[in-house]
Amino acid sequence: MSMPRPRVALFVTCLVDLYRPSVGFAALRLLEQAGCQVDVPHTQTCCGQPAFNTGDRATARDLARAVIDAFQGFDHVVAPSGSCAGMIAHHFPSLFDDDPGYRAKAEALAGRTHELVSFLVDVMGMERVAASYGDRVTYHDSCAGLREMGVKAQPRRLLDSVQGLSLTEMADPEICCGFGGTFCVKYPDISTRMVTDKCRDIAATGAGTLLAGDMGCLLNMAGRLKREGSPVKVRHVAEVLAGMAAEVPPIGEGKGP
Amino acid sequence: MVQITSPAFKANAARALGDAGLQKALGKAKGAFLQRRAEAVARLPEFEQLRDIGRDIKNHTLANLDVYLEIFAANVERAGGKVHWCSTAEEAREAVLEICRKAGARTVTKGKSMISEEIAVNDHLEKHGIVPVETDLGEYIIQLRGEHPSHIIAPAFHLNREDWEADFRRLHTDLDPDRVFHERRDILAEARTKLRERFLAADVGITGANFLIAETGSSVIVTNEGNGDLTQTLPRVHIALASIEKVVPTLEDACALLRLLARSATGQDFSVYTTFSTGARRPADLDGPEEYHVVLIDNGRSNMIGSEFQEMLRCIRCAACMNHCPVYGVTGGHAYGWVYPGPMGSVLTPSLVGVDKAGHLPNASTFCGKCESVCPVKIPLPKLMRHWREREFERHLTPAAVRSNLAIWAWFAKRPGMYRAATRLAVGALSLLARGRGAFSSLPLAGGWTAGRDLPAPEGGTFMARYAQMKRRG
Repeated sequence: MSMPRPRVALFVTCLVDLYRPSVGFAALRLLEQAGCQVDVPHTQTCCGQPAFNTGDRATARDLARAVIDAFQGFDHVVAPSGSCAGMIAHHFPSLFDDDPGYRAKAEALAGRTHELVSFLVDVMGMERVAASYGDRVTYHDSCAGLREMGVKAQPRRLLDSVQGLSLTEMADPEICCGFGGTFCVKYPDISTRMVTDKCRDIAATGAGTLLAGDMGCLLNMAGRLKREGSPVKVRHVAEVLAGMAAEVPPIGEGKGP
Repeated sequence: MVQITSPAFKANAARALGDAGLQKALGKAKGAFLQRRAEAVARLPEFEQLRDIGRDIKNHTLANLDVYLEIFAANVERAGGKVHWCSTAEEAREAVLEICRKAGARTVTKGKSMISEEIAVNDHLEKHGIVPVETDLGEYIIQLRGEHPSHIIAPAFHLNREDWEADFRRLHTDLDPDRVFHERRDILAEARTKLRERFLAADVGITGANFLIAETGSSVIVTNEGNGDLTQTLPRVHIALASIEKVVPTLEDACALLRLLARSATGQDFSVYTTFSTGARRPADLDGPEEYHVVLIDNGRSNMIGSEFQEMLRCIRCAACMNHCPVYGVTGGHAYGWVYPGPMGSVLTPSLVGVDKAGHLPNASTFCGKCESVCPVKIPLPKLMRHWREREFERHLTPAAVRSNLAIWAWFAKRPGMYRAATRLAVGALSLLARGRGAFSSLPLAGGWTAGRDLPAPEGGTFMARYAQMKRRG
């Protein structure tokens, strides 16, 4: 007798929704390959992190309540972002210190929310993917994924199974790229310097492709690489793991007029 | 007096980013700190457990701070010392001046102490005709240059060897022009020669305190140069300056925290000198001061007790947070504009000088979380910075443009139907503007982004619209 397939809700995240729908489709494909039954709750918008980190707790709480309501009744909630998953898994409960009802719901949701790649490996036991990608890549550890969600070995393990792919680590893959949500537009000088340092480390690997698991960092690094005229291609790790690289140009590359 | 330039953080940071000498110094010093800490932590298997122990010791002490301070004070007096309770910087400055006057002091030597920067005691002494001499090597050059420390354990973090050499040649007028300064050792030798005379001439020695021990009434300092010992044992009078949160209950507690301190700070297992001072010299003692004073300073800290910032008072001033901070790493410490830079300063400075002045500091963080991950007493620094952002938001100190953008975005985000329509329109408009290009090099209203990087164009269509379409098609 086979195990019942877990019911998983995909939390698309606003940047994937707006900027890179392919990452959402890649996540769907990977979750299905891992044996999940996937739903995309249609009332989802944003986890509220921009409000939370700007100090607007009231708005953050309203949006958190909406997420909690939209994602009830699933075995797991999975996001292709360590940052958004971290918001739900680590910060939602603290928003409801004076609302015991929602606090309990927030804690329950927090306990079943995961970042995509770590979910595939740690929860679903995925050991390999059936994809190929003929390039040398380097992988940036996005801060929230790494420090809040423990994403480190899982993407590397799955990338290791991608045919034709080799991974070269950069000097310090764990140092922040300088995105930081609204930080990058509030302090553009500092942010630009941080992403410039990051791009120097990326270039030094000689890799043809940069991968990471969070759209914010990817847009930041792709934008800087583009500005520098770098030939390095930038993709969300899920696109490569799902074998979708041929279906969509790299981030920041056009389809042509 | 330390001028507060925190309101000009952006301009300070821009200047720092363009300062080639500073950038060189930051690059060199930072790398060494990170590597040494990582190695020290790797050598101690129980380091993570020790962090929990350190946190718990500090939490327990803060929960009973009044009790331990009273025990400490009673034990200082029992050992023949004197405690001066000071609730403000002014009171602390006055207390120090008064002790110096009674001792008839003309010069005082000083060990490195951040609280002495906070209360600006040097200026106060100078104004009253007493010469303070900094004896920590880094502090010594900083004083020669008329600057303030840019780092809490390495005051001259922002300087290169060439800067030292140039300053010595400029300011040590008796220096032989043929003297060479090839290495750190050469710099040290020159400073030592000058400082030896001062140590012997000083009437009063002022140090900070890394810990105060309640059960023994002792103050503890750690140094690598031994200057602290010469400062506190040679003169007739020793003054230890300490803020109230430095107290720990027992000798054992201090030892647990000492095991965390040097490893987190410099990556040493232990500092070269760790000195416990208890009371004044007793009849049978071979050396030591005739008078031992502890100036115990609140200066705003008791307001943090019971607030959401209480955890900040666990800080043992190791500087691991700033050593590992990617923002500090490119701006250096002076950009933060007051005594305490880096992540710990971004929480502490608003508490001590007001968030109206220091509002930039808790915002100038990507919340990468590295600081919290290396903090030896597990202070949740990003969380505390976020609490400052909340205070700013409540008080309408957040810039108006940020507030209105956030409000517009939130209005849509709370209405999924409207949000779907608006995001579809926005992506459609951006795609039209991009006309097949992959990225924008400039875009109206996106100057903050496009000043230093292109803005990738959206792939086309929102996920939610494309997913709905796919579902309809089956």
